[in-house]
Amino acid sequence: MNEEIKPSPSKVKTPRQKMPEQDASARTRNFQEVPFGYTPELAVREASRCVQCKKPKCIEGCPVNVSIPAFIKLIKEEKFTEAARKIKEENSLPAVCGRVCPQEEQCESFCILGAKGKDQPVAIGNLERFAADWEREHEGFIIPEMAKPTGKKVAIVGSGPAGLTAAGDLIRRGHEVTIFEALHKAGGVLVYGIPEFRLPKAIVQAEVDYLKKLGVRVFLNRIVGRSVTIPELFAQGYGAVFVGSGAGAPQFMNIPGENLNGVFSANEYLTRSNLMKAYAFPDYDTPIIRGTRVATIGGGNVAMDSARTALRLGAETSAIIYRRSRTEMPARAAEVHHAEEEGIKFELLTLPVRIVGNDKGFVQALECVRMELGEPDESGRRRPVRVPGSEFTIEVDTVVVAIGNLPNPLIPDSTPEIKTSPRGTIIAETDTGLTSMPGVFAGGDIVTGAATVILAMGAGKASARAIDRMLKQ
Amino acid sequence: MGNKIIKKENLAKEVVRMVVEAPEIAAKRKPGQFIILRVNENGERIPLTISDADPGAGTITLIFQVVGKTTMLLRDVPEGGEISDLAGPLGNPTHVDKYGVVCAIGGGVGTAVIYPIAKALKEAGNQLISIIGSRNKDLLILTKEMGQISDRLLVCTDDGSYQIHGFVTDVLKHLLEEGVHIDIVYAIGPLPMMRAVCEVTRAKGIKTIVSLNPIMIDGTGMCGGCRVGVGGESKFTCVHGPEFDGHQVDFDLLAKRLRVYPSEEEKARSSYQPKPK
Ligand SMILES: Cc1cc2nc3c(=O)[nH]c(=O)nc-3n(C[C@H](O)[C@H](O)[C@H](O)COP(=O)(O)OP(=O)(O)OC[C@H]3O[C@@H](n4cnc5c(N)ncnc54)[C@H](O)[C@@H]3O)c2cc1C
Ligand SMILES: Cc1cc2nc3c(=O)[nH]c(=O)nc-3n(C[C@H](O)[C@H](O)[C@H](O)COP(=O)(O)OP(=O)(O)OC[C@H]3O[C@@H](n4cnc5c(N)ncnc54)[C@H](O)[C@@H]3O)c2cc1C
Ligand code: FES
Repeated sequence: MNEEIKPSPSKVKTPRQKMPEQDASARTRNFQEVPFGYTPELAVREASRCVQCKKPKCIEGCPVNVSIPAFIKLIKEEKFTEAARKIKEENSLPAVCGRVCPQEEQCESFCILGAKGKDQPVAIGNLERFAADWEREHEGFIIPEMAKPTGKKVAIVGSGPAGLTAAGDLIRRGHEVTIFEALHKAGGVLVYGIPEFRLPKAIVQAEVDYLKKLGVRVFLNRIVGRSVTIPELFAQGYGAVFVGSGAGAPQFMNIPGENLNGVFSANEYLTRSNLMKAYAFPDYDTPIIRGTRVATIGGGNVAMDSARTALRLGAETSAIIYRRSRTEMPARAAEVHHAEEEGIKFELLTLPVRIVGNDKGFVQALECVRMELGEPDESGRRRPVRVPGSEFTIEVDTVVVAIGNLPNPLIPDSTPEIKTSPRGTIIAETDTGLTSMPGVFAGGDIVTGAATVILAMGAGKASARAIDRMLKQ
Repeated sequence: MGNKIIKKENLAKEVVRMVVEAPEIAAKRKPGQFIILRVNENGERIPLTISDADPGAGTITLIFQVVGKTTMLLRDVPEGGEISDLAGPLGNPTHVDKYGVVCAIGGGVGTAVIYPIAKALKEAGNQLISIIGSRNKDLLILTKEMGQISDRLLVCTDDGSYQIHGFVTDVLKHLLEEGVHIDIVYAIGPLPMMRAVCEVTRAKGIKTIVSLNPIMIDGTGMCGGCRVGVGGESKFTCVHGPEFDGHQVDFDLLAKRLRVYPSEEEKARSSYQPKPK
């Protein structure tokens, strides 16, 4: 019906450049990264699509306001490393963000090319990734100008994107920075949650190594609240504490059968596979259930990551069970697209009501009921309601529950001075991250609830500025 | 930057006592808490109770039974060698209070777990009756240490090869029949033992605390793998426990959850070959 009017040949523009990637049938059998990244030629061609708007809207769409047209212009001029450094003025983790940001809801949704509806937006995320990879692979990171040592010490709790960003900004401003991380590897969700095939761990490691080179001390296996408390940190001479402890507490559905063997929280499933490398068992000692029929409950990035991990662990079928419809699915468009290509089944408008087990306590089946969309709820999304009599059963041997994570309660529980909301998030000032406890700042998922890498990074930046101001007073 | 093994000795067949350098944990730990360790880069994370600590020397003591690949790896780390990761102290400390008469029951390597708890309860002014048991004489551990802190120590073996012939529950029942008054029981050991003790004490209405040992990964409440059923609710052992009211624990569920990976554990165990010295 509404056929798009084709532009006249003289006006044919370069189309949005696709990033080469592993073929869907091959990649479901390995854990290597799916997209290969742009070649310099593709990057330059894509960069040349940017019309360099006078009033670039894309910048507004970026939570940390990266100078997007400026870095794209540098790519077009083949100044790739300069492009990366341009991005780094605002975003310290471009290799990560280029891969995991929901660009279609942020910068790219504002791109004038896409806005006209005739063309697709500039692939800002792909270009960001290209520039960052180029710098890392060809030039290495530069040691920036460092401010004179102030003699002040800052403790950072958690090494996710919020903590890493705060650490980088504070060390550059001359403060002594120490990160305390509970796990045996730094990186937060970037290492334990997001799988290798989406974010190679070597990239995260390079960021951590870079911070260490700048002089950041990283203490692993330190659980603040257990190994050391926040008041003890102040007693040890730290002048400020930044809490970036994330939203790491898994939620379950509270339906019968959730404690059967073969039911995992997405955190457990992904941690076993990513952090502990269970996919390489027995070369690595940590086991995981390699289910043949896997159901993942949820519709976000975490669910997509789990369902796609299941395939790579050898599942014959891997299904997403989501209670709303496709449009409400919070996952990045690229993840849903990749999941579909890989043959993940989508059981939409479906609510699990019971997990059935055998006499040994292992999962056998998932009982579900169909839903339909009713009136909008507080989030503005239409509330799913049960369709009477629509119960049905899916045979599965593994169930992954990916319905969201709550803030990690360890810090709030061990530090009553820090006020929290009824949801368990730390209450912090918007522009500074200052909490109710003097000298303690917080940012990232522990403040917002489960959100995004870029927001966590932005919060780390804002707190670094505020901490710097406080320490220099 | 690993943690150094200062001292290593065999307490019984395949039960090892290890003193590990960990100054911060030694200074902080309280009875009832545990650590999670990883022996090497490819290793699994496993929880072990902090059996004792010497804050002055900056060391903690671990006592473990060699049951699978990771504990085999750990057994084979030489004195002076290092393990790559050690995190703690984890879990909630024992609620140490003055209850009156405390009966501490340790079965097998569970005696290593109950020792620091019993010691703390004794130091808090309780009268301490301890019962420790094992399958046979060769598997008994910490009899001397438990004797030193207990007002009364009863030792039993399943096969009668040492002192009382019978299970710890037989000894407990006997005490109760004799009319010995007990205010609270702490029972730590194999699941069947803890379950049996709880059955005995439930009938008598004696509060009973057990320490649970589900499979763990992070130990910080992040994965939910350590969930157990307590009073009809799911609890994460690493942050809500490891001690729970034994009368509320779903032991069946825990027993099943401990058998998630039998074939993988066997595979790891049988493929393990200690490095030639
Ligand atoms: C599977 C998965 C996929 C995702 N995909 C995307 C995506 O594609 N795009 C996107 O933008 N976002 C994605 N997210 C969300 C994103 O990863 C988070 O919003 C982001 O990582 C939050 O950063 P953070 O620094 O606040 O916390 P985290 O990354 O959670 O890091 C917190 C760190 O603090 C440590 N810690 C916690 N408590 C303590 C303590 N007491 N002492 C010491 N250390 C402590 C934790 O071990 C952890 O390492 C995903 C999340 C998951 C789980
Ligand atoms: C809080 C806590 C404190 C503990 N304290 C002690 C202690 O002081 N001394 C001691 O000998 N043992 C203790 N355990 C048990 C100990 O963690 C396991 O024996 C050990 O993990 C076995 O590892 P493996 O690789 O050698 O054996 P595997 O081959 O992995 O397993 C052998 C047996 O150990 C169980 N197991 C496997 N992995 C884990 C895991 N990550 N956590 C718990 N159990 C597991 C399995 O169900 C199996 O039955 C404790 C467990 C918990 C949860
Ligand atoms: S061990 Fe992961 S939540 Fe307890």
